[in-house]
Amino acid sequence: MAAPIILEVNDVSSDHRPAVMPGSGRPASPYWNPYLAGLGLGLVLLAAFVLVGRGLGASGAFSSTVAWLVHLVAPAHAQSNEYLQGYLGDGTTHPLKAWLVFEVLGVMAGALFSGLLAGRARIMVEKGPRVSTAVRLLCAFAGGILMAFGAHLARGCTSGQALTGGALLNLGSWAFMLMVFVGGYSVAWFMSWQWR
Amino acid sequence: MAPFYKYGFFGDEMSLVLAFVLGTGFGFFLERAGFGSARKLAAQFYLYDMSVFKVMFTAIVTAMLGVTYLGWLGWLDLSLVYLVPTHLVPQIVGGLVLGVGFVVGGYCPGTSVASLATGRVDGFVYAFGIGAGTLVYAEVFPWIKGFVNSSEMGQVTLPEVFDLPWGLLVFAVVVIAVAGFSAATLIERRSGEKS
Repeated sequence: MAAPIILEVNDVSSDHRPAVMPGSGRPASPYWNPYLAGLGLGLVLLAAFVLVGRGLGASGAFSSTVAWLVHLVAPAHAQSNEYLQGYLGDGTTHPLKAWLVFEVLGVMAGALFSGLLAGRARIMVEKGPRVSTAVRLLCAFAGGILMAFGAHLARGCTSGQALTGGALLNLGSWAFMLMVFVGGYSVAWFMSWQWR
Repeated sequence: MAPFYKYGFFGDEMSLVLAFVLGTGFGFFLERAGFGSARKLAAQFYLYDMSVFKVMFTAIVTAMLGVTYLGWLGWLDLSLVYLVPTHLVPQIVGGLVLGVGFVVGGYCPGTSVASLATGRVDGFVYAFGIGAGTLVYAEVFPWIKGFVNSSEMGQVTLPEVFDLPWGLLVFAVVVIAVAGFSAATLIERRSGEKS
């Protein structure tokens, strides 16, 4: 009975809407200006091109980790799987000794450093006011599964394809990036209960 | 002459050290932008905070101008920078599926790592979902392999496909980005007033 009333209060009161401002998570200190953060990100990406001759990524690190875990549990099965085999290599090097695995470990360290510095690092669940924690976590899990399929079908994710390939004017990356926005906006209306 | 790794200035071990260092910068700026928060990321799709577009396109323009100028100066051999080969149809389908996963789950792989590192439980569960999805993907791979490898076009760039000068496309992307930034700010203001 009380729920609709709370919803109405939420809709009317505009103090629920500092979301217009950057940082809907009521952070300890405000997020950076997006152009400044974007410039920093772009310079890191450029440094990767210049130093190593490749861009940034993320989804490949998940593939390496999964290949390693499957290999631990069922070595024969991992070896016989064509997809995992690609991440295991010829067995002379450890599957986790991969460029993207080290890069993603760096992402963890860098994000934690920034989060601690800004007082934003804390155990919490990111969700809108109308959704329960259990449902939010279920959605997060489902979204992760979809993400895995999307990223592997596309040979890269938002980092490896959109950012990296975008800057290199890669044909497939631009087609991919466009479709990410199409896919996202086409389901946004149906998922708004989770976020707003 | 760059890329330094490809020209043998350092070996594999050093490239892994650099991977970690570059990743640190990547994670730092992702978190600075607010991309460790699913709500901040999802806001892109509800139009009241278009930071995802702004950060992404600022980064793309920055790196694109960087490689372009370094290439013109003769300091960077762009042909040695790795390009993911284009398979147009699976990449279009993959983009759609990934976009849906983004709105359902609130993250992409890179941002989920930034979020779990700063204590976001949903980011951790999301990353776990990526792992589970990867496991399923590996199992069904033999059946979808034909599709994944279809419409192969090789390592190909937009200037090559449309037979236009590199510089012209760089200019076009900059114009689109700047126009997009103004439009995004306008849309943010409107949807901020409305709701």
